[in-house]
Amino acid sequence: MLASYLTMAAILFCIGLYGALTKRNAVIVLLSIELMLNAANLNLVAFSKYGLAPSLKGQIFSLFSITVGAAEAAVGIAVLIALFRARGSVNVDDYDEMRR
Amino acid sequence: MNTIFTQYAWLVPLFPLAAFVLLTAFGRGFRGPGIVIGTLGSLASFLLALLILFERIGAEAEDYRDGFTWLDVGQMQVTIGYEVTNLSTLMLVIVTLVGFLVHVYSMGYMKNDERITVFYSYLSLFTFSMLGLVLADNLLALYIFWELVGVCSFLLIGFWFTRPEARAAAKKAFIVTRIGDAGLFLGIVLLYWQMPNHALDFASIQNVFEGQPGAIAAGMTTLIALLIFLGAVGKSGQFPLHVWLPDAMEGPTPVSALIHAATMVAAGVYLVARTFDIFEASQAAMDTVAYIGAFTAIFAATIATVQNDIKRILAYSTVSQLGYMMLGLGLGSLTGGIFHLMTHAFFKAMLFLAAGNVIHALHVQNVQEMGGLRSRMRVTAVVFGVGVLAISGIPPLSGFWSKDAILHTALQENTALFVVGLAAAFLTAFYMARLFFLVFWGKPRSEAAVNAQEQPWVMTVPLIILAIPAVLAGGIETPWNNNLGKWLSGGEGAFHTGGGLVMVVSAAVGALGIYVSWLVFAKGTIAKDTVSARLPWLIRLLEKSFYLDGLYKIVVVRGLQLLGLLLMAIDKIVIAGAVRLVGSTAVLLGRGGTRLQNGQVQTYGVITLLGLVLLLIVIVGRRLWS
Repeated sequence: MLASYLTMAAILFCIGLYGALTKRNAVIVLLSIELMLNAANLNLVAFSKYGLAPSLKGQIFSLFSITVGAAEAAVGIAVLIALFRARGSVNVDDYDEMRR
Repeated sequence: MNTIFTQYAWLVPLFPLAAFVLLTAFGRGFRGPGIVIGTLGSLASFLLALLILFERIGAEAEDYRDGFTWLDVGQMQVTIGYEVTNLSTLMLVIVTLVGFLVHVYSMGYMKNDERITVFYSYLSLFTFSMLGLVLADNLLALYIFWELVGVCSFLLIGFWFTRPEARAAAKKAFIVTRIGDAGLFLGIVLLYWQMPNHALDFASIQNVFEGQPGAIAAGMTTLIALLIFLGAVGKSGQFPLHVWLPDAMEGPTPVSALIHAATMVAAGVYLVARTFDIFEASQAAMDTVAYIGAFTAIFAATIATVQNDIKRILAYSTVSQLGYMMLGLGLGSLTGGIFHLMTHAFFKAMLFLAAGNVIHALHVQNVQEMGGLRSRMRVTAVVFGVGVLAISGIPPLSGFWSKDAILHTALQENTALFVVGLAAAFLTAFYMARLFFLVFWGKPRSEAAVNAQEQPWVMTVPLIILAIPAVLAGGIETPWNNNLGKWLSGGEGAFHTGGGLVMVVSAAVGALGIYVSWLVFAKGTIAKDTVSARLPWLIRLLEKSFYLDGLYKIVVVRGLQLLGLLLMAIDKIVIAGAVRLVGSTAVLLGRGGTRLQNGQVQTYGVITLLGLVLLLIVIVGRRLWS
């Protein structure tokens, strides 16, 4: 059973990674990052149920993680809005501050 | 024996060296005093050389040598020092006398030249090197001075370096003589290898080759002698390396007189005379010297008959006369060769300086544009006439006796070479008389010749002084007395007795040459185009010096250029290619790096991912491998 959960998480992670690296819209990139976070959470839950020493710790930890992820998404959106106001664009190609 | 002055012989080259150092130190703003210093340096050398000569005349003069160890490496010991023999004393006097007179003459000839102090410093350096060459007590020291002399020759030929011909001539002289120098160097190395104790001084060479026949294998002896002779061929303008000497006339005329007529070109003859024991030990080498000398004598004489540049005629004449000296040496007559060297130095220096007067007065070198100068330049004409008679071998002038000494030996040793020598003597008389008649006889053939005037005394007095030995020097060695031969060889020395026939024949041949020339160029009995009308190709062949320059250009120069191109291609493609490859790799890497750094987080993410994948592949792959 564990394997199918892990495969599911891996697929989710890959989709998220693909989206984060290729999508031009910053909102979608942010969503893709959330996808990868959720893949990790899925892993946590799967291991807490089918791992070597099953316990509730993993599931609680995943709740924490979701909370932190929500906070992170809020911060990300805030940064994004600030960026949008500054640059007038949500296209990540326009964000090349690191080159300067 | 007295050696008061002889032991100070090392001072002789030092005077000109001091003059050179002073002139170089003070530079160009030193015109007046610079000239005086240069001339005084050569005068001091001349006086000391004269004192040494007087000290050594008469009494049985021992060779005097002194020196010090220069290099002491392991078993090898290289000494450097000076040796005063009668031969080198004679050379000292010749070099310093001609050198001094040329210094005086240059005051007039180079008066208006910007770089006259540079000229004097080069002249002094040359005099120093030549005297060092003469005094050197071993072959290695001689070789050092030999090269120094070559450098000075290069500098002086190219003195007017703004003229492209002068630059080309200087380079040509340097490169062509270098071929000979390489031979000489190989000869010295071989000798060093073969000699017992690796001794290179002339005394040991004489001991080994004369005292212990068979100490060095016959073939090796011949090889060494021929290699040394190759050096002499280059320096003394013998066939086939004579091509530089006519071109060397691009230099100032006093230089031509000093270096390319009287002294430096005689260095080859002196070298052969100095190492004469090696040559005497090998008949093949002696024959080579004699045949090359004889061939050069007649070969250059034929070319000289049709040339039109006054200095080129004299240059070919010099080549021809140097061939005569080599002929004398090759036939075993050390006395004859050196005797001719001495007389030739006097009258040829005189002829060159007289030609310099003509050039200075007319600013023209083509003899066809001269003529009628005998009434306008009386002193020069008389002196030139004396020189022509001397070189043509008209008794009792010096050239007659020295030529007679060589021809007499030739008759005894090798009749064919005697005939060649006679023919060369005839041609010599012919072309020298032609030169004289074209320049000084008849009517002026150009505006410049009409307005020619005699030169100031600084330029005529040296000629008159040189005329004295040119006339009288023959007296020291005649068929009736053997002073020079005895003096040079230290006592014995069989010399020709009788020989009346040779004297009559050689004088007659010389007179005949002058007479024919007179008929053609002065009186006009024989039309000038007698030969050129019937054999135009022959004249053209002679005018182009047998096309040797062209041949060398095609065979040697082109060949070397091809080799150079090939090497350049290898250098450009293989070596420079490798270097460029390394460089462009770095540039490409850098360019890739800049492209990667584009500020796009997503690109960074992709690269990070790729790196991670690579890392995973390596780790997993390694696990699978083992």
